[in-house]
Amino acid sequence: MSSKKEEFISEAEEILNNAQEYLLNLQDNLEDPLPDDINALFRCFHTLKGISGLFGYESLQKLSHTLENLLDDIRLGKHPVNEPTISFLFKNIDIIRNMISNPEEYNDISTLLSEIEEFRKSPPVDVSDESAIATISEEILKVLSEYEEHRLKENIKKGKSIYSIKTTYPLTDFDNELRTLTERIKTMGELISTLPTSEDIPEGHIGFSLLLATTKSEEEIKKELGLPTTVIYAKKKEIPHREPAALKDTPGTGTEKSLKSVTTTVRVDIEKIDNILSSIGELALIKGAISRIENELIDYFGHSSLIFDVHRINQTLSRRIVELQSLVLEIRMVPIGQIFARLGQIVRRYSRETNKQVQLHIYGEETEIDKFIAEEVIDPLMHIVRNSIDHGIEDREERLSKGKPEIASITLKAYQKGNHVVIDVTDDGRGIDTEKIRQKAIEKGLIKPEEQLTQSELIDLIFQPGFSTKDSVSEISGRGVGMDVVRNKISSVGGFVEIKTEPQKFTSFSLTLPITLAIIKALIIEVGKYTMALPMTSISETILVDKEAIQSIEGNPVYNLRGEPLPLIYLNEYFEASSDAEKSQYIVVAGVGSKKVGLVIDDILRSEDIVIKSLGEYLKEIKGFAGAAEIGKHDVVLVVDVESIIEETIRKQGKLTYSNV
Amino acid sequence: MIKRNIKVLVVEDSLSTRSMIRSIIEDMGEEYNVFEAQNGFEALKILPTENFKLIVTDINMPDINGLELINFLRTTPRYKNTPVIIVSTEKTEKDIQRGLALGAEAYITKPFKPEELQNTINRVLNR
Repeated sequence: MSSKKEEFISEAEEILNNAQEYLLNLQDNLEDPLPDDINALFRCFHTLKGISGLFGYESLQKLSHTLENLLDDIRLGKHPVNEPTISFLFKNIDIIRNMISNPEEYNDISTLLSEIEEFRKSPPVDVSDESAIATISEEILKVLSEYEEHRLKENIKKGKSIYSIKTTYPLTDFDNELRTLTERIKTMGELISTLPTSEDIPEGHIGFSLLLATTKSEEEIKKELGLPTTVIYAKKKEIPHREPAALKDTPGTGTEKSLKSVTTTVRVDIEKIDNILSSIGELALIKGAISRIENELIDYFGHSSLIFDVHRINQTLSRRIVELQSLVLEIRMVPIGQIFARLGQIVRRYSRETNKQVQLHIYGEETEIDKFIAEEVIDPLMHIVRNSIDHGIEDREERLSKGKPEIASITLKAYQKGNHVVIDVTDDGRGIDTEKIRQKAIEKGLIKPEEQLTQSELIDLIFQPGFSTKDSVSEISGRGVGMDVVRNKISSVGGFVEIKTEPQKFTSFSLTLPITLAIIKALIIEVGKYTMALPMTSISETILVDKEAIQSIEGNPVYNLRGEPLPLIYLNEYFEASSDAEKSQYIVVAGVGSKKVGLVIDDILRSEDIVIKSLGEYLKEIKGFAGAAEIGKHDVVLVVDVESIIEETIRKQGKLTYSNV
Repeated sequence: MIKRNIKVLVVEDSLSTRSMIRSIIEDMGEEYNVFEAQNGFEALKILPTENFKLIVTDINMPDINGLELINFLRTTPRYKNTPVIIVSTEKTEKDIQRGLALGAEAYITKPFKPEELQNTINRVLNR
């Protein structure tokens, strides 16, 4: 993909995410929609149209143009903001998303366009009369945009008074002062326009006239702001005081408008960061070479101050490399809150579609995770959340009859645990019905009727391909992916999923993910005649054992680990490599919980930081490897994919746990 | 050495439109020196720091809009004669009319071809 195209896609996605957020705000305040939200939404489509034109996406340009027209009608009060309008816009945002990823499907969009035009013409709203602003002087009107003029009319129609507030600031730092004032004014009513002026202003200063629509009196404004205020339009009769719209609880809008966020961040393709990382990896190799030369010099010439200098400098180099590595890794990290915000949208939207009231609780949104992993897990998380709303959470009547709170809750929680980040998604719904799963599994031939499975083994069945307990595929969670896809996706980034559930109480999906994929600590191991790397993130301990200590249950090898049977996988058998270990071997304990296994290997050489490189398209099909890495003196080794080996063994053996030792 | 003495200020809140306008103007020759402002606030901050030969502005921007900026330019002696080109959409015809009434020299509607903007700039600067 060309970088121009990527730039376009990432900007377009950002715009669409914002648009969705504003749309949800509007949906939450249908009785009194915030003009700021409508305007922001208009601007989203406006900008989208602009950039799609610039990048040559003609269909998208036309579509966003037509939608912009609709939004323009809405913001100018010519089209109502109601539930049908909101759904219509949601629908079109989905279409645009699809259009960005599959532009070839949208060569003919005439139907889509005429649909929007049709919708625009639907119920017309009576256009406000001009008489209200007849009293406003042309001096003020001439600098208002059509939209601002509309807002002025709307406010007058609602019985608000209009004031002009004047202020002067030094040119050097007017922006901060003006911004502070603007925020204060916005708590009193609607700020319609900000007019800069230099007339009658001392040298080196700049003046502003701010147009405010409010229910407050002239005295109140003057008292609160202490600034010269002129009445532009006075309300005719006293109307009951109500909270100004701008005071409504819209967390985050303040910071979103901050200029700072725009000017201090840069958007960088993650590939560029990876390139830096691999350069650092090469630096580390050079450092290793210098150490080697240093030792050889000592062997030849004995210790000398010159060699000590080399040693000292190499030490400094080594520290700098580590520092550089962690700095670059930090760039890749993003707060998980970014993902949670997107999930929040899904929750709000689907709870509406299913008519289930759901309250979202978020904890640990500041927890940081690698950007790449974050992007990989968003789809699985979305699927889990949809599943919770669709299958887990009961409808209102059912909840009330069970004595549960009417409003269901979904909790998203993230926290760091060692080298991992854990994301828990918990709902307070009906839990997972293991008996239902059992029957379904028998029906599908996944298990035999007489088979006795533990609760957790039954729950684990939902990760089997093609497994779904709802007879009719629902509109929400039945969108093509099953839980097997969720698990595969998570394990592809080296993570795993666990489920906890209690009937009628809760279901909790716990995703354990590595913090980063870029540079990882690995054990360099020997399996038969091969050297391989084993990521430390998957390992909990290593044990040196005598061959005799390995027992066998039902024909499968196990090791008695502190009284618990640990199923073993011989890596040399798995990779079909002959082993020459005679008496003792190493067991590397990997995985967690019910999926803990011991990998039997011949030797552990050392631990090393590695950068995993993909095997490329050609070798993609090879099972059991996560990639390759360069170690030591320009040697390339394969990196063992522990998660996929465990999964594959489970599939082959049916299960991994043994109830009796 | 060519002096980059034709300083142009581009006021536009969309990053991609802004950089697109920048490269269109920079293509006109090395004597063009483009400065960017992403909104009216930034424009007001940058204005006193350079002697701009031309200002290219959008109209629909949050807080301080293009019309308010044009009004400011026309009523401030220092910028009174600095030509302004409005870059806006054909949708906002009323806004464009107001902009011209306030004293903008020309307008161009999005989407536009590079030559359209370049021709307009040449026309405005050469008279």
